[in-house]
Amino acid sequence: MTAKTGKSFASRFGVHIAVLVFVAIWTIPTLGILVSSLRDKDQIIASGWWNSFASSSQTEAGRLPAASAQTQKDGKYVIEGNIFGDGAKREISAFGVKSAAPTQYPAGTAADLGDGVSLQVNADGTFVLSSPKAFEGERGQRVYFASSAPPKFTTDNYRTVLFSEGIGRSFMNSLTVTIPSTVIPILIAAFAAYALAWMRFPGRALLIAVIIGLLVVPLQMSLIPLLKLYNGVGSFFGVPSKTYLGIWLAHTGFGLPFAIYLLRSYIAGLPREIMESARIDGASDFEIFVKIVLPLSFPVLASFAIFQFLWVWNDLLVAMVFLGTEADQIVLTAKLNALLGSRGGDWEILTTSAFVTIIVPLIVFFSLQRYFVRGLLAGSVKGG
Amino acid sequence: MAAQIFSAIFVIIIGVGGCVAYFWGANKLLDVIFPSRGVSGTAAVDNLRRQGLVRPWLFVGPAMIILTIYLIYPVIETLRLSFLDRGGASFVGLANYEWAFGDHDFRNSILNNVLWLAVVPAACTFLGLIIAVLTDKIWWGTIAKSLIFLPLAISFVGASVIWKFIYEYRGEGQVQIGLLNAIIQFFGGQPQVWISLPFWNNFFLMVILIWIQTGFAMVILSSALRGIPEETLEAAVIDGANPFQIFWKIMVPQIWGTIAVVWTTITILVLKVFDIVLTMTNGQWNSQVLANLMFDWMFRGGGDFGRGATIAIIIMIAVIPIMVWNIRQANKETGGH
Repeated sequence: MTAKTGKSFASRFGVHIAVLVFVAIWTIPTLGILVSSLRDKDQIIASGWWNSFASSSQTEAGRLPAASAQTQKDGKYVIEGNIFGDGAKREISAFGVKSAAPTQYPAGTAADLGDGVSLQVNADGTFVLSSPKAFEGERGQRVYFASSAPPKFTTDNYRTVLFSEGIGRSFMNSLTVTIPSTVIPILIAAFAAYALAWMRFPGRALLIAVIIGLLVVPLQMSLIPLLKLYNGVGSFFGVPSKTYLGIWLAHTGFGLPFAIYLLRSYIAGLPREIMESARIDGASDFEIFVKIVLPLSFPVLASFAIFQFLWVWNDLLVAMVFLGTEADQIVLTAKLNALLGSRGGDWEILTTSAFVTIIVPLIVFFSLQRYFVRGLLAGSVKGG
Repeated sequence: MAAQIFSAIFVIIIGVGGCVAYFWGANKLLDVIFPSRGVSGTAAVDNLRRQGLVRPWLFVGPAMIILTIYLIYPVIETLRLSFLDRGGASFVGLANYEWAFGDHDFRNSILNNVLWLAVVPAACTFLGLIIAVLTDKIWWGTIAKSLIFLPLAISFVGASVIWKFIYEYRGEGQVQIGLLNAIIQFFGGQPQVWISLPFWNNFFLMVILIWIQTGFAMVILSSALRGIPEETLEAAVIDGANPFQIFWKIMVPQIWGTIAVVWTTITILVLKVFDIVLTMTNGQWNSQVLANLMFDWMFRGGGDFGRGATIAIIIMIAVIPIMVWNIRQANKETGGH
C-alpha cells in the first residue's frame, strides 16, 4: 500500500538494507549460541564463533630436542622428529626461530640459521635440523610456528549437557510442569467464559471487571501469601510443600484471568442465531457449550494453549518459588540459571544448555505461529 | 524418571477427567434436583427457572475459587503483611515503608526501574513501528517479521545466556569471543566488562528485553497499520506529502490507540522484570530492580515477608493506573452490559 511513496530505486534499496540490518541484529545473537553449541569446546575459547568456519589459527612456541637426539646422516648431524610429538596434529603454515619473527619462513622450506645450520619444518609438523658440526648443549633449538586447525563441529556438547549435566532430566521436569499447567486452565476457563458471555446472572458485570483487573496484577503480589499457604498446608498434612501439584495449580491460577478474558471475548462474538436455534431445539446450556461452543472455539483455545505453554515453559520465577532445586524437580530455566552460576565460563555447556531450553518454544512457535499471532492481537492488554 | 512421566500422565488424566466429571456431574445433578422433563408444565417452568439461577454459578464456580485463592486473597494478604514484621507476627505500622525509602538498594531499584520504564517501552514501540512500516513495503517482509518476532518465544533466562555470550569479556589484546568486544577491538577500542559498568550496565540489560519485545510491538502495530484506510494515504500522496510526513502525520495519529496498548503492555512487563537481572548480574553493580529485590528479601536470611510484601505493594501501586484504565476501556466496549 505504501509502496507508492517509495518510488525511487535508491529509497527502495534503502528499505531492503534497513530491514536486512534489523533482521541481522535480531537473529545473530541466537545464531551465535547455535553455532557455538556445535563447536569443539577448545575452539570456542580459541576464536569467536563467527570465525568457526575458518580454520582457527594460533602462534605457538616449541623447543626441538636437545643435542642428545642427533644422528649422523651423509656426513651431517641431523635432528629429526615431529614438533607436535604425539599430541593433536595441526597444520603449520609458517615458522621462525626468533620471537620477533615467528612466521619468517613458509612451511616446507629450509631456513638458513647461519653456520651452515638449516631447519626445515613441514606442514604436518615434521622437522629436520641439520648441521655440518655436532650439536651441543642441553637445550634444543627454540622454534616458533603458526599453526591452524580445521573447523571442527561436534555433537559432544549435547551429549554432555543432556546426560551428565542434568539438562535431560530438567527437560522432563519442564514437560511435567508445562503440560498439565496448560491443559487444566483451558477447561475451567472455557466454562467460565461461556457463562460470562452467554448466561445471565447477577454480578456478571462485576465479575468481568474483576477479571480484567486481575489481568495486570503483578505475580509478585501472590508469591509471599501463596508460599506461606503452601508451607502451612504442607506442615499441616505432613506433606512436602514443593510439589508438582502445587505449581500446576499456581500456573492455572495465574493463567486464568487471561484465559477467561481471551475466551470470553471470542465466545461472546459467536453468532447468536446458532445458540438460539439450538435452545429452541431443546438443548441445555451444557449441551450447547459442549456440542457447539467448544468446537467453534478451537482457534482461540489453540491460541491460549500456545500462550500458556510458552509462558509456563519459559517461567523462572514461579518455578523458583514453588518447586525445589533438586534434580527431580528443577526445571530447565532454573537449571540454566544454576549453570550460569556454577559453570560461568564454560561456554560449551552454557550455549548448548541454552539451545536445549529454547528449542521447544521455537518449534511450537514456528509450527503454530498463526494461532500465536491471533491470540496476541486478541489479548494484548495482558500483563501476565 | 519413568515414574515421573507416568505420574505426570496419570495426573493429566485425573486433572482433566476430574474437571470434566465435575462439570458434567454438576450439570446432571442439577437436572435431577430440578427436573424439567417428565413433570407437569408449571413445575417444569419453575424448575427451569431455578436451573437458570444455579447453572451459571456451576460454570464459573471453579474459576472463581481458583482466582480467589491464587490472586484475590494474596493481594489482600500481601497488603496486610506489608504492615507486619519479618515473620508476619506483629504489627509494625509503616516501618517497612519507612525502611524501604531509606534503604540504598531500594532507592537504587526504584531509580533503575524508572530508567527501564523510560527506555524499554519507548524503544520497543518505536523500533516495532519502524520495522512494521518497512517490512510492509518489501516482498520478503513476512519472513523478516517472523525472524524478528522469534525472540518472543525465547525465555528470559535463555535470552540472558545468549546476550551474556555477546557481552563476554577477555583481557585486552586477547582473542575476544564475545561479539561486542570483538567489534570494539576490531575498530581499535578497549574491550569492556559491559555488565559491571555502573549505570551503563542497565542499558545492556535493557537491550535484552528490547530484543525480546520488539517483535510483539511489531506484530500488533503491523496489524493496526493494515487497518488504516487506503484513501487517507492516497490523499496525502496526491497532496505531495513526503514519506516522513505520511508516517508522522497520517499513519501514527490513526494508530494512536494501538500504540498506547503496546506501550502499557510492555510497561507492565518492565515493572515485573526479574529473570534478566537475576541471571545477568543478580543486582550487583547497581543494576538492582524491584522484582529482583523482592525475590531477594523473600529468601534472604530465612525470608523477610514484611519487606518483601512492601516491595510487591510498591510494584502493584505502579500498575493500578493501568488497571483502572483497562477496566474503563472494557466497560466502554461492552457498553456496560
